Amino acid sequence: MTSGTEAETEGRVYNVGGQDWDDVVAAADQAGDRPGDERLIVNMGPQHPSTHGVLRLVLTLDAETVTELRPVIGYLHTGIEKNMEFRTWTQGVTFCTRMDYLAPLFNETAFCLATERLLGITDRIPERATVIRVLMMELNRISSHLMAIATFGLELGATTVLLNGLREREKVLDLFELITGLRMNHAYIRPGGVSQDLPSGAIEKIREFLAIMPALLGDMRKLLDANPIYLARTKGISFLDLTGCMTLGVTGPVLRSTGLPWDLRKSQPYCGYETYEFDVPVQDTCDAYGRYLVRMDEMEQSLAIIEQAIDRLAGSRPPGDRIMIADAKIGWPAQLALGPDGLGNSPDHIKHIMGQSMEALIHHFKLVTEGFRVPAGQVYAAIESPRGELGCHAVSDGGTRPYRVHFRDPSFANLQALPAMCEGGMVADVIAAVASTDPVMGGVDR
Amino acid sequence: MTEGNPVQGQPAESKPAESTPPETKPAGGMPAEAKPAEMQPGEQAALAGRERLSEQVARTGMFGAETTGDTSGYGGLMVRRPPPLSSPRPYGSYFDDLADALGSSLDQAGLAFGDAIERVVSDRGELTFHVRREHLTTVAGRLRDDPALTFELCSGVSGVHYPADPGRELHAVYHLVSLTFNRRLRLEVSVPDSDPHIPTMVRVYPTCDWHERETWDFFGLIFDGHPALTRIEMPDDWKGHPQRKDYPLGGIPVEYRGATVPPPDERRAYE
Repeated sequence: MTSGTEAETEGRVYNVGGQDWDDVVAAADQAGDRPGDERLIVNMGPQHPSTHGVLRLVLTLDAETVTELRPVIGYLHTGIEKNMEFRTWTQGVTFCTRMDYLAPLFNETAFCLATERLLGITDRIPERATVIRVLMMELNRISSHLMAIATFGLELGATTVLLNGLREREKVLDLFELITGLRMNHAYIRPGGVSQDLPSGAIEKIREFLAIMPALLGDMRKLLDANPIYLARTKGISFLDLTGCMTLGVTGPVLRSTGLPWDLRKSQPYCGYETYEFDVPVQDTCDAYGRYLVRMDEMEQSLAIIEQAIDRLAGSRPPGDRIMIADAKIGWPAQLALGPDGLGNSPDHIKHIMGQSMEALIHHFKLVTEGFRVPAGQVYAAIESPRGELGCHAVSDGGTRPYRVHFRDPSFANLQALPAMCEGGMVADVIAAVASTDPVMGGVDR
Repeated sequence: MTEGNPVQGQPAESKPAESTPPETKPAGGMPAEAKPAEMQPGEQAALAGRERLSEQVARTGMFGAETTGDTSGYGGLMVRRPPPLSSPRPYGSYFDDLADALGSSLDQAGLAFGDAIERVVSDRGELTFHVRREHLTTVAGRLRDDPALTFELCSGVSGVHYPADPGRELHAVYHLVSLTFNRRLRLEVSVPDSDPHIPTMVRVYPTCDWHERETWDFFGLIFDGHPALTRIEMPDDWKGHPQRKDYPLGGIPVEYRGATVPPPDERRAYE
């Protein structure tokens, strides 16, 4: 441990190197430059295993009580919104999927719904594409919630929860890999539909997943639901009531743990969610434990939605059923196929554009290089991501690229509530508060 | 808030309106619904093309690139300016009720609807009130507190920069939700680049705290009365506001251990 004074900071600065807490306490006990002041300011993060990425919390401590908490963000800012202004609307999906990297398919869907509303083609999206979107989003909700609960457990010291959670999440990622080719950053959902149909065998794999998942979630519940240590660390911890949520713009499981069943899938349905049967789980405890229960219940509801979705996909396909809008001026023309040397354009598609149809070649060329034009205007499309309201404010000036895209990321808004949850509590409960909010810094900083 | 602003703003607003018939849809819209049913798809597309060509050109090239800054290889794009939208009544859906309720609520506060709201746009199933900045907090306060309105939740602020619109270059866009009535509403405030001040919404919707910091960081909009308007995403000592249209993409030399990587447009090109 070293200590000294710096011009920019108030008071004495201690550099803690680990395993030297006694030295720090001893040094802090000595009469400092502010007699009687036992305030300790601790920087938690930005590189800290329990801050979900690069989040920095500046804690002012009075012994072990947090008197002030200041979240500092921006360490993962990558300029995604700016970059999207320099790419076509279709290419934009590739950027925004990287924002909230635990829920990539939600980012893609929010952006595509906004683009489609700007184009005025919301009603013309093929039914099959919409069902596949719902299927993928609900699978993603499960993987995201599993990650939230797994890391929640780890941060409170329970490694079994982490290992179980990651093991289960792997099953969802395997399905993603089968369907989209990638485990994250899919760029699978495109304006007008989705990039690929489900491959053969996908329905069977999802059915296998549905068969084993309830038991695995049950195991997770056995580990945590009535675990005395877990209850002691989460019940009554990081309290935030409905008024607090409304004032601070908090949505998602945190809001539903205050007893308000506000879920955009029910209240303002999109992608045909009104045609699926599911419940909106709520708890009225307003604490970290309630948020955990809401997430567990939501995963079970997601399984029910997935089952309904694959029943629709597995049925006989009506003629003309497709996965991309039937509009040659908008729908992505390229069809991918697995060739001898990996993925490439399908031989049928190449034969069509090179040998049969001049128009198809022109459309392919224009759409892939220049992209489609989007009528001028602005829209705001909001969906229920695993963390709350994910909104996409898209502005077009009539060109082939977005004029401005802004994402209202739920993690960004939810993080603001951290001081309200933590101040006055113990420093150890800050960990539980961050974990129960489940922020993803890729989404916060974009 | 100089006296000259409304006068400055007027030409930009009225100029395209003179050259474009008011009933024309915005650029390249989906004219298929509006056209007679007997028209063939090919004719509809041709008509849409003619409509688009009749609009005045807002700018040429791609994002200011005069030569070959456009990486898609397609440099000849002309972006045409849409006519300014101002929807006449009826706005449709619940929008008329909402406007009436806000009007009577503002009356109680001694403010005429037309004084506070510049214009109303109902487009693509979404309602936008363009609010004069001096009345923003009053309008937002009524929207939150009036039992007939009750917009409890604000989804934040999004800035937009329109350098081609003199006198109203910077826009702040607020999205509100009413959980009670299950309604959505957008408030939009525009200010000139020379006077980028907007009263803060933090006292009405505390969630705007970070959102306003982000908008300041990215656009240079100053929210008067904000408790701590500091940068949030960019480093504290950053120069400029990156999301503005006059700020280049990636034009920053990157230094690593003494060696410097030049910005993308100055790098060696293999031609």
